[in-house]
Amino acid sequence: MATLTIALMDPPYEAETTTTALRIIDAAVRKGHRVNVFAYEGAVNLTMKDQAAHPNPVKGTTVEEEDHVIPSKLVAALLGTEQVEWINCGLCVDERGSGNWVDGARRGAPADFLKWSQESTNTLVIGTK
Amino acid sequence: MAKILSVVERAYHGTLEEQDDTILWMSHILKNAGADISVLLRSNAVNYAVKGQDASGITIGGVPLSNPPKLDQDVVSLIDAGVDTYVVTEDVEDRGIKQGELVGGVKMVSRSGLADLFDGHDAIWHW
Repeated sequence: MATLTIALMDPPYEAETTTTALRIIDAAVRKGHRVNVFAYEGAVNLTMKDQAAHPNPVKGTTVEEEDHVIPSKLVAALLGTEQVEWINCGLCVDERGSGNWVDGARRGAPADFLKWSQESTNTLVIGTK
Repeated sequence: MAKILSVVERAYHGTLEEQDDTILWMSHILKNAGADISVLLRSNAVNYAVKGQDASGITIGGVPLSNPPKLDQDVVSLIDAGVDTYVVTEDVEDRGIKQGELVGGVKMVSRSGLADLFDGHDAIWHW
């Protein structure tokens, strides 16, 4: 079993990298690996519990019909596997006022990312482009 | 009313969470609100017009993506709503996409024709 560390920067709803990262984490977990996620800058918003689904006035569909995938719920589901650890950069959180996280996410600092990267089998950085 | 050309270049950002493309969506809702708006798909965004895209089957952490984005159908809906939708011919060809693979109703425009297309609009919104 390997331990992977992934650094993310992009916020939810803004980047294709979020999809890629969540799929990589999911694939690693399915194969029995452990994954550490260090959320930096906008990525700290991925864990915000207050994200909400909405109807689609263009399609005329209800919130139930849209059945939106909420990024924080995906993160919560990954954390629920107990194979994923998630640290939000604390200063990035303060900048954005982005508290109220899903269970399992915790506050940390770049030093945690450094420690994780030194202890992990490999580290993947997915920065903002 | 000012004629607006909305240029979409960056593709597939946030489409998993949004279940659509944010600028196609906004262009559509602005059209519904009475805007005289057209859309130009360039660079990677030309792929939005490729028929038969299928983003179904994704599951993350055991949570299925039950209502995946259907970008090609969103382009069709946009055209049906009366939004002229252009794709850049060379950007399509550069990606090995045949014109027959595109949804019906999109209008091809060459790179050399972009200046005239822009000139035919009062506002260019390059997202």
